[in-house]
Amino acid sequence: MSDLRTRAWAAAATVCDPEIPVLTVEDLGVLRDVRVAGNTLEVVITPTYSGCPAMNMIALEIETALATAGIEGRVTTTLAPPWTTDWMTAEGRAKLLDYGIAPPPPASSRRALFGETHVACPRCASADTELIAEFGSTSCKALWRCRACREPFDLFKCH
Amino acid sequence: MATTSVAVPDTPLIRLALARADDALVLGHRLSEWTGHAPTLEEDLALANIALDLIGQARSLYALAGEDCGLDEDALAYRRDERAYRNLLLVEQPNGDFARTIVRQFLYAAFIDAWWQAMTASCEPRLAAIAGKAEKETAYHLRHSAEWLIRLGDGTAESHRRAQAALDALFPFAAEMFEPVTAAAFDVAPASLREGWDRQVDAVLATAGLTRPAAPWSHSGGRAGRHTEHLGHLLSEMQYLQRVHPGATW
Repeated sequence: MSDLRTRAWAAAATVCDPEIPVLTVEDLGVLRDVRVAGNTLEVVITPTYSGCPAMNMIALEIETALATAGIEGRVTTTLAPPWTTDWMTAEGRAKLLDYGIAPPPPASSRRALFGETHVACPRCASADTELIAEFGSTSCKALWRCRACREPFDLFKCH
Repeated sequence: MATTSVAVPDTPLIRLALARADDALVLGHRLSEWTGHAPTLEEDLALANIALDLIGQARSLYALAGEDCGLDEDALAYRRDERAYRNLLLVEQPNGDFARTIVRQFLYAAFIDAWWQAMTASCEPRLAAIAGKAEKETAYHLRHSAEWLIRLGDGTAESHRRAQAALDALFPFAAEMFEPVTAAAFDVAPASLREGWDRQVDAVLATAGLTRPAAPWSHSGGRAGRHTEHLGHLLSEMQYLQRVHPGATW
């Protein structure tokens, strides 16, 4: 890894998701690559969901982070391979849990139309939880409730 | 009267991308009309989220069509007239009551989820990339609408009556989904998905206690730009700003 590439990656990796500010774009797996070719430097990101409204802001913040680090570069978006929650780092999952959001379950049984999902409460760790709604406050979350501690919580959806 | 529609060349790739983009955009716009009006807060969020996914898919498809004809996604969405829109008649149908919105969503999601899954193997890599994102999203849309349809069909006498009425009204729009859009090698022939769609729909309707309408005839024309009276009204609202202030940005 060239020194410039390492510095650019480090700068981009400081940017947090505007909706889930405890996670960096690196934790999320949204930061995919830094390419250096001749005089141009390109940071490649991928959207979590097709319509994710945070992408423009993330791209802007990465450009700002690069500029602050004195690096000239641009941000491009790629769709393939498609982002999956399996790319979330172990550190990212731990931060998410700590923040009160249940991390995504593994992406295996997604294709069953009415597949059962078991989610532990991020507050009290009880397994006695239930789905309230498949969709939550952002594209990437579903709304759940813990029957033990009675608290509602967000689940980062498996994707 | 001079048309204000942008001219779009007709190649198989552009035709396919526009047809699918128009489906997604028009349905996304319809769902966005529920914002602030859905039966519960959770459902308000769900419909808005699904709308966001669909509009996101539409953007990717318009951008792809635009790469091949030099127009940007805004021009394709906001500066084509009703007759230039290529969406299915099903998706432009008004929201009606909640049952009608759910039935429209279910009939479409059961088709498009299978289509996007098949398109992940398309030999056109840009379409396959969009499919890879879209099929994960439509899997959720299908589950959401199927669960609701079962709850409505198997719920109260009133919810059952409304769900059945919605099904009877919208089923004649379903066959249009299986008409070919292009004969290109990178396209998946919709007719090849008919059997799987029938099986899936029948299984959910059986669980919901709803009767599949006979539908001896069907509506058609959306792919040729012949729409029901509802699309013009939808576009006049959606395109208003760009029509009054062409090229406006913020």
